[in-house]
Amino acid sequence: MSAILIIEQVLNGLQFGVMLFLMAAGLTLIFGVMGLINLAHGSLYMVGAFAAAAVAGVTGSFVLGLIAALIAAACAGAIVEMVVIRRLYKAAHLDQVLATFALILIFSEGTRWVFGSFPLFLDIPDALSGPVTLPGGIQYPLYRLTLIAIGLAVAIGLWALIEKTRIGIQIRAGENDREMIAALGVDISRLYTIIFALGAALAGLAGALVGAIQSVQVGMGEPVLILAFVVIVIGGIGSIRGAFIGALLVGLTDTLGGVFLPELFKLFMDTGAAQKSGSAIASMGIYILMGLVLIWRPTGLFGTRA
Amino acid sequence: MKHLLLATAAAVFCAGSALADTKIGMITTLSGGGAGLGIDVRDGFMLAIAQSGRNDVEVVIEDDQRKPDIAVQLADRMIQSERVDIMTGIIWSNLAMAVIPSAVNQNVFYLSPNAGPSQLAGPGCHQNYFNVAWQNDNLHEAAGSYANSADYTNSFILAPNYPAGQDALTGYKRMYEGALAGEVFTQLGQTDYAAEIAQIRASGADSVFFFLPGGMGISFLKQYADSGVDLPVVGPAFSFDQGILQAVGDAALGVVNTSQWNKDIDNPTNAAFVESFSAEYGRLPSLYASQGFDTANLILSALDKASPSDADAFREALRAADFDSTRGDFAFDTNQHPIQDIYAREVIQEGDVFTNKIIGVALEDHSNVYADQCKM
Repeated sequence: MSAILIIEQVLNGLQFGVMLFLMAAGLTLIFGVMGLINLAHGSLYMVGAFAAAAVAGVTGSFVLGLIAALIAAACAGAIVEMVVIRRLYKAAHLDQVLATFALILIFSEGTRWVFGSFPLFLDIPDALSGPVTLPGGIQYPLYRLTLIAIGLAVAIGLWALIEKTRIGIQIRAGENDREMIAALGVDISRLYTIIFALGAALAGLAGALVGAIQSVQVGMGEPVLILAFVVIVIGGIGSIRGAFIGALLVGLTDTLGGVFLPELFKLFMDTGAAQKSGSAIASMGIYILMGLVLIWRPTGLFGTRA
Repeated sequence: MKHLLLATAAAVFCAGSALADTKIGMITTLSGGGAGLGIDVRDGFMLAIAQSGRNDVEVVIEDDQRKPDIAVQLADRMIQSERVDIMTGIIWSNLAMAVIPSAVNQNVFYLSPNAGPSQLAGPGCHQNYFNVAWQNDNLHEAAGSYANSADYTNSFILAPNYPAGQDALTGYKRMYEGALAGEVFTQLGQTDYAAEIAQIRASGADSVFFFLPGGMGISFLKQYADSGVDLPVVGPAFSFDQGILQAVGDAALGVVNTSQWNKDIDNPTNAAFVESFSAEYGRLPSLYASQGFDTANLILSALDKASPSDADAFREALRAADFDSTRGDFAFDTNQHPIQDIYAREVIQEGDVFTNKIIGVALEDHSNVYADQCKM
C-alpha cells in the first residue's frame, strides 16, 4: 500500500463527500427551517441529472446542461413546495413521509414516461476529461478535482449566503422561531418556497455533476438520499456547517473503509474471505460512525435541538 | 397500467377466439431500476407470439418491480386464480429463487428467459423447470477462457458482494489459468468506483475482469475510461447490452465481452429476428430480447406437439428443443439448461449506434458444471 494510493483514496473520499454535501445542504435546510422530512429530495437530484443529459444531448454543451439542471430542479422544487409540501408543514412527520414518498413514485414514473426506461448518456466535457498528474506523481482525473473545487465553492457561497445576507438572516430566524419572524412582517410562505427551491437546485446540481461520471437513470436518487440523511444526522439537523463536516466524514469513511478494511482483514484471514467480510463490514462503516457520533452527541456534531 | 397491458395482450391475442387454449403467465421487471431488461424480454417474447399467428395462446403480463415479495404474490395469483399453464419472464436470480421452486411444484411449467441460479441447476433442479438463457456461471466462464486465449496472466477481478457476484468470480476463476493481481467485492448498487480503480492502478495487473450489471457497469466504464488506466477489460455481456451501450458511449469501444448471442450470428432465424424486432420497436434487440424470443419459440414448438395438460408429452416436447434458435445450435443438458456456444464480442460503433461484433468463439457447445448434481 503506497503513499500515492492513500492520497488518491483520500481525494476520492473528499470528492464523494463534497457531492454528498450538495445533497445534504438542501435536506438539512428544509428540515431545519420548515421541520419537514423530504424523501423526494433524491427525485430532485434525478431531475437535475435528466435535465442536464437532455439539454447537453441536444446542444452538445455541458455548461448549458448544468444551467438547465439548476433551473429544472429549482422549478420542480418550487412547484412541489407550492402544490404539495405547503399543506404538510403542520402535519405529523408520518404524513410528510407518506406524501413525499408518493412524490418519489410520481417523479420516477413520470421520468420514465418522458425519457423511457433506458439510461441516458451524459459525458464529461472534453476540456475536463482525462487524468492530470499532481505533485508527487499522482494521476488523478481532472473532472473529479473540478467536482471538489465546485463543492468547496458552493459550501463557501452557502456560508456567505446564510451569514452575510438578509435572506440568510431570515433563514436563521426561521429556524429559531417561525411565528416571531412572521409577526415581524417577513413573508414566511415566500421564504419557504425560496429555501425549498434553493435546496432543490443544489440537489439538481449534484445530480448533473455526478451524472456525468455515473449513469443517468430512473431511481438514481434514492441511494444518495439515504446517505444524505446519514450525513445530516451526523452533522446535526439544520446545521449547514454540520452537513459539511458530516458529508466529508461520511465520504472519507466510506471510501477509505472500503479499501483498507479488506487489507486489514488479510493480515489474519485468507484473501477471498478477507475480501468478502472486509467489504461487508466496510459497507456498514458509515452507520457505525453514525451510531458512535449519536452516542457521543445525541443531537449530532453541530445540532442544537433536543 | 397492469390492466391496460393485460387488456392489450388479451385483445391482441384472443381476437376472434372466445377462450384461449394455453395460458402463459409472464412476471418480469417493467418498472424501477433494471426495467430495460424486462421490457426487452417481454418485447422479444411477444414478437415471437405475434409472428406465430396463433390465436389460441394468451399471455398475461405483470410487473414484479424487481421485488421478490411482489413476484411471489403475482405468481400465486397467476397459478391459483388465472390458472396459467406455463410461466416465464423473471430477470433476477433472487426473484427466481423466490418464485420458481413453488411454481414448478404446483405442476406449472417454468421457462426462464434470463435468471439461471446455480441452486436450480444442481440439487434443486426440477423436471418442470427449463432455462432457455444460460446457467449464471456460463458467461463468466467464457470470459475466463477468453482471458487465457488473450494471454492475460495477471487479472484484477471485481463484482458486487451478492450471490450472483460471487458466482461470477467463481465462474471466471474456474476457467482462468493465470494469477490474480487483486480480487474485490464492491457494494451492490455502488455508483462510484474511484477507490477500486485506484486499486487497479496500484495492483500491477495486466487485465481487468468485472461483472457489474446495469447502471453499475455504466458508472464503472465511464470512470475507468476517464482515469487514464488503460489495461484491457473483459466482462460478461450484462454490462454491454444494447440498452446500456448508448449510455456508456465511447468509453466502451473496443472492450471484449462474452455472450451466447449477438445480432451478427449468421443464421436465417437470427437475421429475421433482428430485422423484425428493429422494425417493430424502433431499436436494436439486446441479448435479453433474443432470450425472450427464443423462449416463446421453444414454447410454441412444444405446443405444436402436445398440450400442457398432457404434462409428460409436453415436457418431452420441450426437452427436444425442436425450434429455430436465434443462437443457431441449441440443446438441453440433462438438467434442462442450455448447451450452446458462447462468443467473445467486441464493442464497435456503427454510425451513431454503439453495438457488438463477434470476434470469436470463447467456449464451444458449453454446458454447466452442475448437471451431474441434478437428480430428476
